[in-house]
Amino acid sequence: MEHYNMNLTLKVWKQKNCKEKGKFETFQVSNISSEMSFLEMFDILNEQLVAEGKEPIAFDHDCREGICGMCSMYINGRPHGPWHQTTTCQLHMREYKDGDTIVVEPWRANSFPVIKDLVVDRTAFDRIIAAGGYISVNTGNAQDANCLPIDKQKADESFAAASCIGCGACVAACPNASAMLFVSAKVSHLALLPQGDPERKMRASNMVKQMDIEGFGSCTNIGACEAECPKGISLENIARLNREYIGAMFSGSKEG
Amino acid sequence: MALNSKIPAGPLDKKWETYKSTCKLVNPANKRQLEIIVVGTGLAGASAAASLGEMGYKVKAFCFQDSPRRAHSIAAQGGINAAKNYQNDGDSTYRLFYDTIKGGDYRAREGNVHRLAEVSANIIDQCVAQGVPFAREYGGLLSNRSFGGTQVQRTFYAAGQTGQQLLIGAYQGLERQISLGTVTMYNRHEMLEVVKIDGKARGIIARDLVTGELERHFGHAVLLCTGGYGNVFYLSTNAMGSNATAVWKAHKQGAYFGNPCFTQIHPTCIPVSGDHQSKLTLMSESLRNDGRIWVPKKQADTRKAFDIPEEERDYYLERRYPAFGNLVPRDVASRAAKERCDAGYGVGSSKMAVYLDFASAIERYGKVEAHKQGKSNADKATIYAMGKDVVKEKYGNLFEMYEKITGENPYEIPMRIYPAVHYTMGGLWVDYELMTNIPGLYALGEANFSDHGANRLGASALMQGLADGYFVIPYTLGNNLADDIRTKSIPTDHPAFVAAEKEVSDRINKLMSIKGKESVESFHKRLGKIMWDKCGMGRNAKGLKEAIEEIKALRKEFWSNVRIPGEIKEFNTELDKAGRVADFMELGELMCMDALNRQESCGGHFREESQTEEGEALRDDEKYMYVSAWEFKGESQFEMHKEDLVYDVVHPSARSYK
Amino acid sequence: MNWKDYFSTSIGKKILVGATGLFLIIFLVVHCYVNAMVFWPDNGKHFTDAAAFMGGNAAIRIVEIGLFAAFFIHIIQSLMLASQNAKRRSEGYAVKAGNKTSKWYSRSMGLLGTLILLFLILHLYHFWGPNRYGQFFDPTWKEDNLYNNMLFTFKELWVVIVYLLGCVSLCWHLMHGVASSMQTFGLATHRYKGMIKSVGMIFAILIPLMFASMPVYMHCLSTCMAH
Ligand SMILES: Cc1cc2nc3c(=O)[nH]c(=O)nc-3n(C[C@H](O)[C@H](O)[C@H](O)COP(=O)(O)OP(=O)(O)OC[C@H]3O[C@@H](n4cnc5c(N)ncnc54)[C@H](O)[C@@H]3O)c2cc1C
Ligand code: HEM
Ligand code: SF4
Ligand code: FES
Repeated sequence: MEHYNMNLTLKVWKQKNCKEKGKFETFQVSNISSEMSFLEMFDILNEQLVAEGKEPIAFDHDCREGICGMCSMYINGRPHGPWHQTTTCQLHMREYKDGDTIVVEPWRANSFPVIKDLVVDRTAFDRIIAAGGYISVNTGNAQDANCLPIDKQKADESFAAASCIGCGACVAACPNASAMLFVSAKVSHLALLPQGDPERKMRASNMVKQMDIEGFGSCTNIGACEAECPKGISLENIARLNREYIGAMFSGSKEG
Repeated sequence: MALNSKIPAGPLDKKWETYKSTCKLVNPANKRQLEIIVVGTGLAGASAAASLGEMGYKVKAFCFQDSPRRAHSIAAQGGINAAKNYQNDGDSTYRLFYDTIKGGDYRAREGNVHRLAEVSANIIDQCVAQGVPFAREYGGLLSNRSFGGTQVQRTFYAAGQTGQQLLIGAYQGLERQISLGTVTMYNRHEMLEVVKIDGKARGIIARDLVTGELERHFGHAVLLCTGGYGNVFYLSTNAMGSNATAVWKAHKQGAYFGNPCFTQIHPTCIPVSGDHQSKLTLMSESLRNDGRIWVPKKQADTRKAFDIPEEERDYYLERRYPAFGNLVPRDVASRAAKERCDAGYGVGSSKMAVYLDFASAIERYGKVEAHKQGKSNADKATIYAMGKDVVKEKYGNLFEMYEKITGENPYEIPMRIYPAVHYTMGGLWVDYELMTNIPGLYALGEANFSDHGANRLGASALMQGLADGYFVIPYTLGNNLADDIRTKSIPTDHPAFVAAEKEVSDRINKLMSIKGKESVESFHKRLGKIMWDKCGMGRNAKGLKEAIEEIKALRKEFWSNVRIPGEIKEFNTELDKAGRVADFMELGELMCMDALNRQESCGGHFREESQTEEGEALRDDEKYMYVSAWEFKGESQFEMHKEDLVYDVVHPSARSYK
Repeated sequence: MNWKDYFSTSIGKKILVGATGLFLIIFLVVHCYVNAMVFWPDNGKHFTDAAAFMGGNAAIRIVEIGLFAAFFIHIIQSLMLASQNAKRRSEGYAVKAGNKTSKWYSRSMGLLGTLILLFLILHLYHFWGPNRYGQFFDPTWKEDNLYNNMLFTFKELWVVIVYLLGCVSLCWHLMHGVASSMQTFGLATHRYKGMIKSVGMIFAILIPLMFASMPVYMHCLSTCMAH
């Protein structure tokens, strides 16, 4: 693949903190290599800003290999940019050509308030997990791992759901700012395993309840989340969450 | 202070049993009165915080990311070892112990490592019970793969996302405790100082990274689970935020630093593509199960990989190490790659890369698959397609990642790889109870120096992190806290807290007041270059001495010319980074001093002066069979203490993988 | 959680929309079946008989109450959900994904529903209102001849056009709605989701098409007769 350099115009959301109002600012970057990652391009921009004595743009990132779920930029109308199943940190500048203008915004949802510039607060996700996204087993109580054979297909499906990185792109993409894909991924991960069975009813209802408390929208099956999820979490998980929920509703058990 | 490793007496395989059944306990009512600070929520921290919360302690957990689930452990790809012997290939606790000691080039403690091997099996049980979706066979049982430095299949994995799945398991346990109120979580908080009262660690000073405010937190004990310091080298496979600040502050408060120069360079990473490079991406060691590493036999060969015929390829690992082949330990594989590239056989535009080739694995799997499906006379294309599917199922996500980064399709063109800094075996010196020499201050996971000697085997860090957090600290902490049950929680207006906070705030003010010209990033890059060139894969006395001087000079420049925009009392990532880089610059110097002191080659530490005629590492057990534990005495002043290593069971011999 | 709690979460509310939506779909099938008799070449005899049966049958009247309830719940719940959802992102995006990641009609169910509602009001005013009003309040009432009523109403071209627009709205509404209700009930599993999607699409086109052909047919018929 040919390497090339490019000059770009960036329109980036700047916001001092959660209280003040933000606005777009325009920046120029030059000599960006097609081999850079999108965040490396931002590093260059920030270096440039520091050199000019200005404040750099705040953005979240850590692993830069698409697994921690920390990076979160809404690029030209798409969470994590245009590449299919790719996080912002894995998006590379090969996607762009000389002279392009790129608009970068933070995840937008009332449940994800902006902390600064492109950084948002996603702790609502943690609280949803705390509401039931676990198997209640204390350290040291476990039986031998192979005493519990699990159908490979089920295990694989469970793994696919468990590969959610909690990035929040689904919320960012959803016109309703719904967190159903995230919640359903966790419910599915655990519901597909025999270990998760005892708590499945409580889990589904409690997590949904917390999701509502956090102020996420409801799912109207639009599907933008699935299209934008960097880990390919499927809408089938939402169907499963709905089943789990209905199951809990009609189970008649007291706690369910 | 004399170093006491507190290894229990008795035969090796009974030490931990004996310890567990004789250690002191804290009763449940007292546990509720004891406050524990856990800094870090990676595998070590999350598992410790969750387990201690379950036991009834009052836990406060800290991480600098926006959620505990994002700790760097999430990035581990390949797998986790455990002596389960599910494959019936001769594995046992002893063999795992032995492999780890040998893999660490006889620079780790027997007692610790044996305990690690003993609890390894429980980890898998625990994780499966939590719902970690490990890979399985069609029969429903757990699947295993091999990792470097071993001849058995004992590595459990979840595709290429093992660390993620293990961490999510621990994180869920942690969130459960948070919902039960036993653990309080502090996200986006950075620990900046250890508070000592009467010689004991009694709390920390942390900075809220959102508001910039400093906070004081009391704890009867403080657990540092803050990961490794590979980012001293600027470019490494670690996450951007991984840092040494917590351990370095502890070190400056008196905690000894063990074997700081022991750094692991991982052989299979995506090579540097230009000056803009901000981090390096690992291609999991598991790829060496199936990939073959080679370079052209001709120097400076510019042909494309597939134009080079089989007989003109040098599979140098298979040639040099026939017994282990492509699965030699990391240090050996890395040095061999460097040797080839330095000798002019490298590939790619930079010539600093070697090939990792899957063509023969694809063909092999394709044939098996064709046989399985009864297509014994399938043509080449069908076999290739079938084989590709198998490889995709095994390593699909890694291949995709490679393609996104390089723009090349690794199913068709062999991957280009080169060694990169990956892991730090060194860390805070701890005894058998994981306590540093400061009473009440513990270090778990990659942050301590304990189990991997001079080189860590693949899939052993996850094992160690979880062993420390789930199975070791719950016992050893109780043993020490049993004497502390009468200590009431100390109010944070105690003079020691006030002084510690002032120290931190002075330092931050000083950083902000420099108002120089050069960015933090630029200083970090310069430090990284010195470290990589002179304290990297090959080290010699001259280079190390130069490095020490260069780092000193760089540090001086930093403190007079760094530019940090923004304010203190706000979300300020440049300021966060500045503090970390300042600490890296002090630690870097110590690493070089340690490397200079250790005039032998062992594990990841290769002193060019100490090698065999064939270029293999040459250990010097006579002189260096010890842990170097460095004490901070003042700026650039460190005193070394030796903890002699005693081998009762294994007999150190030249490590051979031939 | 008790029943009330279960129905007041976001999923619970959606279940009500889905259930009523499905009920409305069944209604559409019956309605379409009966109305299709206008095509019987007997000057509306079959159709008038069937309509009279539906109109005079007490059981159908009772089901009709259910139908109204379903409409009511469907409309109230869905519009409430839609309006709440619209408030979840106070500060919108400057650049929108548009149709790159989802279908416009999936994002416009509220609008399409409202269009259907407007159409429904007109529709009730034309056919159901006068007739049912008479049934209850006019002692001299006799079931209208709906066939003639239709001929009369659809003589006006603008009415036909409004009805066609109503059918188009319904088509888009169902394009999303049929499959969506299956998803709401958790039926869109790996194995069935493709099938559900196709059946939904076919249904969404077929039923409105049938409905749409009626005013057109009646319009042609009445203009023919006038000549
Ligand atoms: C790319 C990659 C792949 C790997 N693959 C494998 C593998 O396959 N198998 C294997 O066994 N090992 C692997 N390793 C090594 C292994 O992942 C790590 O050694 C291990 O996960 C470290 O865990 P930890 O809990 O000690 O620290 P980490 O997971 O690094 O966690 C550190 C925690 O400390 C917090 N922290 C740090 N400093 C501060 C501070 N000052 N204040 C507050 N909080 C702080 C962070 O927020 C974080 O929560 C891999 C490593 C890398 C880099
Ligand atoms: C014959 C008429 C109608 C039929 C057959 C019908 C059918 C449906 C169906 C099947 C759904 C999908 C439910 C789900 O996803 O679970 C739906 C959703 C919806 N309907 Fe209707 N509907 C009709 C009329 C209306 C009317 C009159 C309105 C409003 C004024 C309306 C508004 C909505 C809205 C807003 C949704 C989306 C709600 C959501 O997905 O949460 N519908 N409809
Ligand atoms: S479901 Fe996908 S988009 Fe949503 S948080 Fe998980 S990984 Fe991110
Ligand atoms: S930085 Fe970790 S996923 Fe992008």
